[in-house]
Amino acid sequence: MFPANTKQLVLAIGLAALVTYSLRLGGLLLASRFPRAGRFRKGMDVLPGAMLFSLVLPSIVGEGFWGVVAGGLTALTVLRTRNPLLAMLVGMLVIFAVRRMGR
Amino acid sequence: MDTTKKGRQARENYVKSEFVRGATANLPMAASVAAYGSVLGVLAAQKGLNWLDLMFMNSAVFAGSAQFVMVDMWTHPLPIVEMALAVLVINLRYLLIGASLEPLFAGRTLWCKIFMMHLVADENWAITMAEQRRGKASVAFLFGGGVTIYLSWSCGTLAGMLGGGFIAHPEVFALDFAFTAVFTALAVGLWQGKKDLVPWLVAGGLALLTHHYLPGKWYIVIGGLAGALTAMLGPLNAPAVGEEGANVSS
Repeated sequence: MFPANTKQLVLAIGLAALVTYSLRLGGLLLASRFPRAGRFRKGMDVLPGAMLFSLVLPSIVGEGFWGVVAGGLTALTVLRTRNPLLAMLVGMLVIFAVRRMGR
Repeated sequence: MDTTKKGRQARENYVKSEFVRGATANLPMAASVAAYGSVLGVLAAQKGLNWLDLMFMNSAVFAGSAQFVMVDMWTHPLPIVEMALAVLVINLRYLLIGASLEPLFAGRTLWCKIFMMHLVADENWAITMAEQRRGKASVAFLFGGGVTIYLSWSCGTLAGMLGGGFIAHPEVFALDFAFTAVFTALAVGLWQGKKDLVPWLVAGGLALLTHHYLPGKWYIVIGGLAGALTAMLGPLNAPAVGEEGANVSS
């Protein structure tokens, strides 16, 4: 039983690792074939920020009104202080307080 | 002979100082990474993973959101193929992240790329991109940040796993929101100004729609690509330098 489990675990994690690494390196190697100017470049410039925004927005909205407040305060804090750790704590504090009072 | 030796010495010093600079620039990030890492550690312990399994996953996969989903899917027997597919979808963004690093790696050898790309996480990538906009980033800076993130990720996840008893309900302390808050802060750091407004709105709208209607993590990639497409289709102003003048036409 033990070896079969271990084999599965190594296979599952190994495959996930292979997929992730291929994407990392693949993106870098393919990029040299992309055009460096014009419309395509404009899209690539916006992509990183737009992608992270897409990553967080559903979880922020999913927390409801106070999630939006927490997200907004997090953004404001990082804009003012340039300190992502402080910004994270501000956002977490809002959610913590709301959940405390919510029960 | 002497000059080449001197040159090599100087380059080594430069690489070292860039590595240290990248490693320290990521320290504020490291605390956040450790915080949401601890949540993963707690979840992993609940699913019966031991610390070796966890460290193997940390070192081999090294991608926070994908690891959360893997642990979430952890059952016996392990759904190996489904897991790999889920990881593929969540991590599709690394294809774009990798592509965005191409200018940084310009002129580097294939081996350099092969070695350096593994330790590219969202955090050290975002900090490197912000640094590059100020014209000060380098491959060693990126890698130094990767080492910091790897160490804090490992410490955080292990601490969560071993101290799991103390934080049996991480959601009470809003630890589950740590991930969202960190990435919100990272997104703000990538804001380039007014020209991002419409693409970001489109990206966000599509992300919300996709999140609602499609299962899994497609919303990340779809939102991001929608934002990029919007920027591509937008008015092609004179190459970005004279921004003040360009605003009039809109």
